[in-house]
Amino acid sequence: MSNIPQLLVHDHEDNVGVVVVEDLKAGTEMLCVVTHDNSTFKLKAEQDVAIGHKIALKDIAEGDTAIKYGEDIGKFVGAVKKGHHVHTQNLKTKRW
Amino acid sequence: MSDKIMAYRRDNGRVGVRNHVLILPVDDISNAACEAVANNVKGTMAIPHAYGRLQFGEDLDVHFRTIIGTGANANVAAVVVIGIEPDWTQKIVDGIAETGKPVYGVSIEQKGDFETIRLASWKAKEFVHYATEIQREECDMSELWISTKCGESDTTTGLGSCPTVGNMYDKLIPTGVTGFFGETSEITGAEHICKARAADEETGERWYKMWKAYQDDVIFAHQTDDLSDSQPTKGNILGGLTTIEEKALGNLEKIGRECKYIDILEPAEAPAKGNGLYFMDSSSAAAECVTLMAAGGAVIHTFPTGQGNVVGNPIVPVIKITANPRTVRTMGEHVDVDVSGILTREKTIDEAGDDLIEMIKRTANGRNTAAEALGHREFSMTKLYRSA
Repeated sequence: MSNIPQLLVHDHEDNVGVVVVEDLKAGTEMLCVVTHDNSTFKLKAEQDVAIGHKIALKDIAEGDTAIKYGEDIGKFVGAVKKGHHVHTQNLKTKRW
Repeated sequence: MSDKIMAYRRDNGRVGVRNHVLILPVDDISNAACEAVANNVKGTMAIPHAYGRLQFGEDLDVHFRTIIGTGANANVAAVVVIGIEPDWTQKIVDGIAETGKPVYGVSIEQKGDFETIRLASWKAKEFVHYATEIQREECDMSELWISTKCGESDTTTGLGSCPTVGNMYDKLIPTGVTGFFGETSEITGAEHICKARAADEETGERWYKMWKAYQDDVIFAHQTDDLSDSQPTKGNILGGLTTIEEKALGNLEKIGRECKYIDILEPAEAPAKGNGLYFMDSSSAAAECVTLMAAGGAVIHTFPTGQGNVVGNPIVPVIKITANPRTVRTMGEHVDVDVSGILTREKTIDEAGDDLIEMIKRTANGRNTAAEALGHREFSMTKLYRSA
């Protein structure tokens, strides 16, 4: 079980990753895999985050752009600390 | 993996994987007669719907294309058409008859439901005898027309189930399979990528114009904040998707890495430029989109889902693919292909694509999908604007 990742990241440029296990608890040292080349790194989850939800890979300031798939997926409307949950409370579309 | 399937070759050369006898209403008020005929004659299927009266212009064109395309689909052996008026009933009959399959029309005015049902039931019974004697024959998998559209997406669809479909298209489109993708509003945020995936610049420009027209004429004309939690949907948001850009990038994983689309189809329009991948201008609502692609001629639909969409179609088997282990656990009865191994890194996208191709083959050979077994027959007409 130890080599099953808790977080998947599409590309190296991304600043968010996706939780892919159920019941992720704050404090977990997550095994993270970048799917683009299967490289790995470690990151501590600072909050309980549900499967499918995103976690910030670094400290992010309000106004920054969220990058996933190596592409722009919206603007941060609040600051987010590394390891914290990213969702509608701090990320918004630039489209509508 | 053998590339042969046992399927139904129709008079117009098209290959079907089901053999339905349809009782097809032209309009909403003919639903009751159609359902009565389907009740009288076992082995037939009525597909009631909500529209068909007082439509005009482009909206009426989409309606006619959808009804005719549904009857003309190669998964359908024969059709009884019932409408309130003779002229529009005949228009549908003539459209379907171009395929060479048996089709019979009857209109209700000046007959009433009883006489209409009597006439239609005799013909429906004849069509059941005809259809049940048609044998499956050996066909090539490359002759299949396969559509895709995802639903109740979450972040796992972009990681797992959508790339699985993309891998399938990358492998099958070069063999001669015809593919469909669409969901116009749901490319928003990935439009630069989609435009660049056209086979040539002119097609890419036409695609962009079509996408931009939808943004300007529909989205911005009726805009609300976050489109009233409709795009992304509440279900998408529960699943962890935050913005339309994020959803679009995951959605577009369905066309893989290599294949390029060769043309853009109007809603329910059939491909006419030969084998290859087509973009159909369509809603991202599951039942509407699958209905349009089935009317365009798709005979199998591949449907990635994250949070667990349960949609089916009356005439086209809908294959559900999910990478979300929670959905496999809580909604397993709806899942045909479990690719959750992609998330645990125990399965590659390449292996998952092969799993899907194997399920397409089994489905083409006759295996009922989860949606078929569970009786999901959603038939939803696309409506462009208010009726007169």
